[in-house]
Amino acid sequence: MEKLNPEIKNQIENELLGTVGRRYRQEAFWVPFLALICIGGTVAWIIQLRKGLGVTAMRDYVSWGLYISLLFFFVGVSLIGALVSCVLRMSGAKWRYPLIRIAEAVTLSAIFFAGFMPVLDMGRPERLYFLITHGRIQSPILWDVVAIATYFIGSVIYFYLPLIPDLAIMRDKLTDAPKWRKKMWRWLAMGWEDNLLQRRLLKKAMLILSIVILPVAISVHTISAWLIAFTLRPGWNSTIMGPYFVFGALMAGTAIMILIIAKLRHGYRLEHYLTPKHFNNLAKILLALTAFYLYLNINKYGVPAFKMAKEEKGVLEDLFYGKNAFLFWFTQVVGLVIPIIILSFKKIRQSIKWVVAASVMVLLGALINRYLIVVPNMLHPFVPIQHAQHGYATYNPTLIEWTITASSLAGFVLLIILLFKPFPVITMWEVIEEVEKRGEKEIGVENIVNFQNIPGHAS
Amino acid sequence: MACGNNCSCNKDNSNSQDNSRRDFLVKGLMGGIGAAFLSGCSSNDKTKPASGEKINVLTHDGKLVTVDKSHVADFKPHISEEDVRKGIPGKKFVMVIDLAKCDGCGKCTKACNKMHYLPKNKEWIEVLEMQDSPEVAPYYFPKPCYHCDNPPCTKVCPVDATFKREDGIVAIDNERCIGCRFCMAACPYSVRLFNWSEPVKPNFLEETPAAENVFQSKKGCVEKCDFCPHMAREGKLPACVTGCPMNAIWFGDANEDAVTRYDGTTTKLSQLLEDGGAYRFMEELGTEPRVYYLPPTNRTYDAKEIDMSRVNEVRTDSTGIIQTDSSNSKK
Repeated sequence: MEKLNPEIKNQIENELLGTVGRRYRQEAFWVPFLALICIGGTVAWIIQLRKGLGVTAMRDYVSWGLYISLLFFFVGVSLIGALVSCVLRMSGAKWRYPLIRIAEAVTLSAIFFAGFMPVLDMGRPERLYFLITHGRIQSPILWDVVAIATYFIGSVIYFYLPLIPDLAIMRDKLTDAPKWRKKMWRWLAMGWEDNLLQRRLLKKAMLILSIVILPVAISVHTISAWLIAFTLRPGWNSTIMGPYFVFGALMAGTAIMILIIAKLRHGYRLEHYLTPKHFNNLAKILLALTAFYLYLNINKYGVPAFKMAKEEKGVLEDLFYGKNAFLFWFTQVVGLVIPIIILSFKKIRQSIKWVVAASVMVLLGALINRYLIVVPNMLHPFVPIQHAQHGYATYNPTLIEWTITASSLAGFVLLIILLFKPFPVITMWEVIEEVEKRGEKEIGVENIVNFQNIPGHAS
Repeated sequence: MACGNNCSCNKDNSNSQDNSRRDFLVKGLMGGIGAAFLSGCSSNDKTKPASGEKINVLTHDGKLVTVDKSHVADFKPHISEEDVRKGIPGKKFVMVIDLAKCDGCGKCTKACNKMHYLPKNKEWIEVLEMQDSPEVAPYYFPKPCYHCDNPPCTKVCPVDATFKREDGIVAIDNERCIGCRFCMAACPYSVRLFNWSEPVKPNFLEETPAAENVFQSKKGCVEKCDFCPHMAREGKLPACVTGCPMNAIWFGDANEDAVTRYDGTTTKLSQLLEDGGAYRFMEELGTEPRVYYLPPTNRTYDAKEIDMSRVNEVRTDSTGIIQTDSSNSKK
């Protein structure tokens, strides 16, 4: 492929830079709405801090509830960055280029909230620093702290590295921006001149990081799984937990990725860059992951169900036809079986609407699944629950818990939106470079060489 | 009395009716305390008038001397944070619960709650009704903390707030606990309790470091049965043992191979375990509990009166606070 016409290149950059700092009508509603939920959650958290965890529905039997379920959810979702930037890179999928920054933004936001959830769940959050001053490295919680911190830092770096050339483009192009912004771009671009040496160094750094980040990402979620797998509790005391969590996480992350690019495609007018090819390919990945996750579920629940050992019996009966049966069968049927069937058909897979519908189902199933991993097991300990006081042998989350949960999810989405605000959503330089090298088709972008200015979207 | 030491210091102890049940541990401590009594004497010589009542004390060089009672200071050895984490030197505490004797009266729980200023809805020692299978007779099953030798709870604590002491006790330092509740998830016996809201504090000043406090409840922290180390330091039995009129709970020191129960009977631990066919709860978990059970054979109560159909009923009268009177407080 020949070098792109500088004019076309210029137009691509202009179009992608068009989203930077732009106010979209939909956002005018969503950002304040999500922010409002976050404020509500903050108020709920302040109440919880003042009155203690007694304001939650957690009690001595169900001592972990929604917050820890959400921790597992967020840690899981954060794996999407590693999937896109490492696994897809290793498998030589060139269509990943327009997705990299989106995936890293999701990762950053998810891992931030994953770090936040345990603090919400702590009885004495003011003693958080004890983890450093009195930390016991033998405790899996310390491993989790180290892993989450490492993954957070790694993700920040991975978000930043491909951003440097884009920042330089912004520095050079957006000359009419406010002064402080220009100053920030100049500072963050670190003197990027786009020469060969700089490019080679940057690519090398990205290659090393993409390889290093995979074991870190997997360890983050495996350690989270170990928090429950290391206990001697029926249902939790299982060797399948690590892989079960990791693949469930990749599945949920892929579903979120699909939903976000579906929203961005029209919302940010990126139809040329986020194309049916991306949806189709992500749908294939989602299909493979849901199928594999169903297989893991059959192993996780089916194997003990065949034996019906005394200890596991209580929790299995609860899930199969007890109190949590509806939720359990929802996660299995709506969250896994139906999406697998939908995504198995090529025709359906190529329809963005259907892929989005399947992703919504998978995501809902994944969220509920986290809850089902944590709570029902705690209600079926070895020692039978007897003479329990009112509210101790059940778990019905309180309004405070729901508010904090909702605001964490809202904050997660809000942080992603905010990360898209100051930077272009698509990695400009890499997309341009790869289009030059391999052509549009491989990258999955459409009609950008024969670029036509989309009406109403001139920057 | 089966005591590992051959000191004779408690011969002249004046409150003799109390002797039997409190002195099984006391002898080891007496020598040290005797030395401290004398140092107390010298400093108090001029301040207090003589009461006329004489008392025999053992000096550090082994002499038995008679002094006026008022000259003996009420001495409490200073227990440092480090002592608490290490435990009582030379001891290995152990408990034996005789299921044949337990009639489920729940007095152990009441005594424990009184000792530790716990409200009714907290039970450090919980009396469960167990039935292993539908055909066999049910039995009552008191469940304290098992103070495991391979404790799953201390393994997972991120800040060393719960720890295993050399004397076998698994203790909690509530000045350290961050309230992550990982230990609660890790404990297979559901022994650990959490302070979900501000506990009701008794009005007395606590002087020992956190892990040996009588009152352990702290908002946002975990608590559980502590084997009453503050009592053991004084050579006394835990509250549940002295509160069990059925003589179902034995407590003692595995190093001395001696355990004592409510009526003061002290017996050889190894003999008791062997003769009684003792077992530990859920041995297969490998947690190595320090609490043994004697199986419910030849029950001293009528097993049929245990109504297993009612065990899962919600308890309604569980919000009240047990009244604590000052005579029960430690000082």
